[in-house]
Amino acid sequence: MTDTKQMPNTSVDGNTPTHAIDIEVLSRGRNARQMADETPCLQVQGLNLFYGKKQALYDVDMVIPKQRVTAYIGPSGCGKSTLLRCINRMNDLVDGVQIDGRILLDEQNIYDKSVNVADLRRRVGMVFQKPNPFPKSIYENVAYGLRLQGIKDRRTMDEVVENALKSAALWDEVKDRLHDSAFGLSGGQQQRLVIARAIAIEPEVLLLDEPASALDPISTLKIEELIYELKNKYTIVIVTHNMQQAARVSDYTAFMYMGKLIEYGDTNTLFTNPHQKQTEDYITGRYG
Amino acid sequence: MIIQWFKSGNPWIWLTASAVSVSLILVFGLLLLIAARGLGHFWPATIWEYDYKNPDNSVTRLVGEVHDEETVGAQRLREAGLAVDGDADVTRYLLKTGNRDVLGQDFRWVLEPAIQEARTPETLMTVERREWGNLYGYLNAVQEDGQTVAEGRNAWESLQQRLQRATALFAQIRALEKGKIGSINYGLERLRLRERGLELENNTDPAERESIKQARAALNADYAGLQQRLTDLYKAINRDQMTVTVSTGETVTVPLAKVVHAYRPNAMSLPEKLGFYVAKVWEFVSDEPREANTEGGIFPAIFGTVMMVIIMSIMVVPFGVVAAVYLREYAKQGPLTQLIRIAVNNLAGVPSIVYGVFGLGFFVYFLGGNLDQLFFPEALPTPTFGTPGLMWASLTLALLTVPVVIVATEEGLSRIPKSVREGSLALGATKAETLWRTVLPMASPAIMTGLILAIARAAGEVAPLMLVGVVKLAPSLPLDGNAPFLHLDRKFMHLGFHIYDVGFQSPNVEAARPLVYATALLLVLVIVALNLAAIAIRNHLREKYRALEN
Repeated sequence: MTDTKQMPNTSVDGNTPTHAIDIEVLSRGRNARQMADETPCLQVQGLNLFYGKKQALYDVDMVIPKQRVTAYIGPSGCGKSTLLRCINRMNDLVDGVQIDGRILLDEQNIYDKSVNVADLRRRVGMVFQKPNPFPKSIYENVAYGLRLQGIKDRRTMDEVVENALKSAALWDEVKDRLHDSAFGLSGGQQQRLVIARAIAIEPEVLLLDEPASALDPISTLKIEELIYELKNKYTIVIVTHNMQQAARVSDYTAFMYMGKLIEYGDTNTLFTNPHQKQTEDYITGRYG
Repeated sequence: MIIQWFKSGNPWIWLTASAVSVSLILVFGLLLLIAARGLGHFWPATIWEYDYKNPDNSVTRLVGEVHDEETVGAQRLREAGLAVDGDADVTRYLLKTGNRDVLGQDFRWVLEPAIQEARTPETLMTVERREWGNLYGYLNAVQEDGQTVAEGRNAWESLQQRLQRATALFAQIRALEKGKIGSINYGLERLRLRERGLELENNTDPAERESIKQARAALNADYAGLQQRLTDLYKAINRDQMTVTVSTGETVTVPLAKVVHAYRPNAMSLPEKLGFYVAKVWEFVSDEPREANTEGGIFPAIFGTVMMVIIMSIMVVPFGVVAAVYLREYAKQGPLTQLIRIAVNNLAGVPSIVYGVFGLGFFVYFLGGNLDQLFFPEALPTPTFGTPGLMWASLTLALLTVPVVIVATEEGLSRIPKSVREGSLALGATKAETLWRTVLPMASPAIMTGLILAIARAAGEVAPLMLVGVVKLAPSLPLDGNAPFLHLDRKFMHLGFHIYDVGFQSPNVEAARPLVYATALLLVLVIVALNLAAIAIRNHLREKYRALEN
């Protein structure tokens, strides 16, 4: 229900029987895409995930195309964040988690024993629901990933930090206070800082876990514009509660329900002409 | 009505508030008592001269400071064999008569009714001596090389001038003995050990021997020069003396070399007394003890306490933090970890003397003994680390306080938001990198909290220290100008032990009692200062690593 607070024009309360999604928004400069034409970046194959005895993901198969925005939608607890966190193996941190199946990143199974998890996470960046800057200066936040890689050269560092902040559309707002604490920034700025931090190390894939759910509408808009910009360079996977947002920013959308991937296809089709009854019920607001 | 009042919850507020007030009153009362008893000691007390009627009706003259007074029942005094008229309670004074060399005792009780006349003559003088305690009496004459140079009225001024000279000379002698001659002795000792080391190694390299010989000759030559200077200085300081007439009418000769202060409290104005008071307090804080610790200052004890706490902190923090990191971050959380955690917590409840015994048995005899065998064989049979000392005391206290640091650090680690850790991991940091770069800095305020608690506990601990390194009087500070500067093997003085020693082990408990209070106050102040420093650092870190509010 937190979504309704931020996006008042989204009706998920079930009282509005019409499509909550504006077709005008959907068709913004975008032609229907064909999955077959895309280069695959990530391939999820037969993924099952258990938290202890409880199964959270059931046999998920999907192909995430390169340099596109793929959105996961679905009701709370449907497993969309869990699936997202499988892609950079964040779930490894959870006690008692057990994962079967494969996720291929550029044809290499990331769950293979030979994979270095830290290297994987360098290639697959992640932005979380709540902005989580480190208790350091703005500059040091962005430089964190670079320092981890052992980069010490001051000039390289300055350049990368500046570029990352520019890419995250934050440079103009913070260029005069790079060495102030990151906590002095607003929530929206913090979230863009976190995005800058993630893209400073130039990952191949960027995972966004409800990046705008804790932000006000204007910050949300900025983040969405940013996602639009960033997809030229990165493969983006975004989890969102907000169907309008999914419709606005994504090229492909996957609808999940109770740990299962119900429907996956290009965004226009999924929102205008869903094949599955459950998908239709969800996007028309009959449950969720 | 009353029931209504009870229901309103007001009595509860009163109850809780009064509990707080009682605690505050107790704490401040304690501090006030200690401060009043301790700090009064340094005030230049009035010297009284009494014509005192003895039980056999003879009259003696008594001179001294009123140290204490109390009221006693007449009956009790009669039972003690004193003639008292009437049944009224009698006031009696504890008079500090000083002049131990003449009278044989420092204190005596006098009954108020037996005092026939009390006077406070301005010319009465208190002489603080380096030996034999205070002397009270009238200045008679000042002598130089046995010849009287000033008498009567002029004597006082002459005395002050000469006393200044003697004090300056004494300081020079002290500096020479402690400083240069001290380092020569230290150097000679090192040479002796080197020679013995060569002997043990069966090394007969003549070049080595020659270099030792030369070094020793050089040191001995230095020493001869210094010895000559010292002799001159002693000759100079022993030039002057004074004669004092004491209460019994005897004349006592006091060499000025043995005098610390000579003053006439009865003639002093209030500002003079204040100035004198401040100087005395400063002397107490900055000087070395004299006369079996009952006089002079307690600087070595302050220094030893602070030094030990600092070394303990340096040992306890890394150890505790590493242990806490393992318990919280790496160990599998299960019954075993829980058991270890409980054991660690219970370790904090072990009586401290038990730690002392452990420290003596394990650190001093076992570790220290083996260290000596391995690294200091040339000094044997004199132990180097195989005897109580600063390092073992600090280590024992570190062991004593490590549970506190572990618990506080674990608490801090558990409070670091998961989101921050994930943020770091998501950037490709390993767990160790995340710990070093983000988690530990953010937990540093909690670590400091642990350290603050550890300091509070360690600085006040005495019992284990008596076994592992504290002594009544340490000949030298653990930190000095001789390489390697920090001497962890040395024994040291400690304020807590000093209180015990002065209060219960000194030859003159009555005279030393104010010093017990003053030392206690200083111990509290030292602990407060150490804690404030740690709190200041913690607040700074807290501000720096303020976690996200949400």
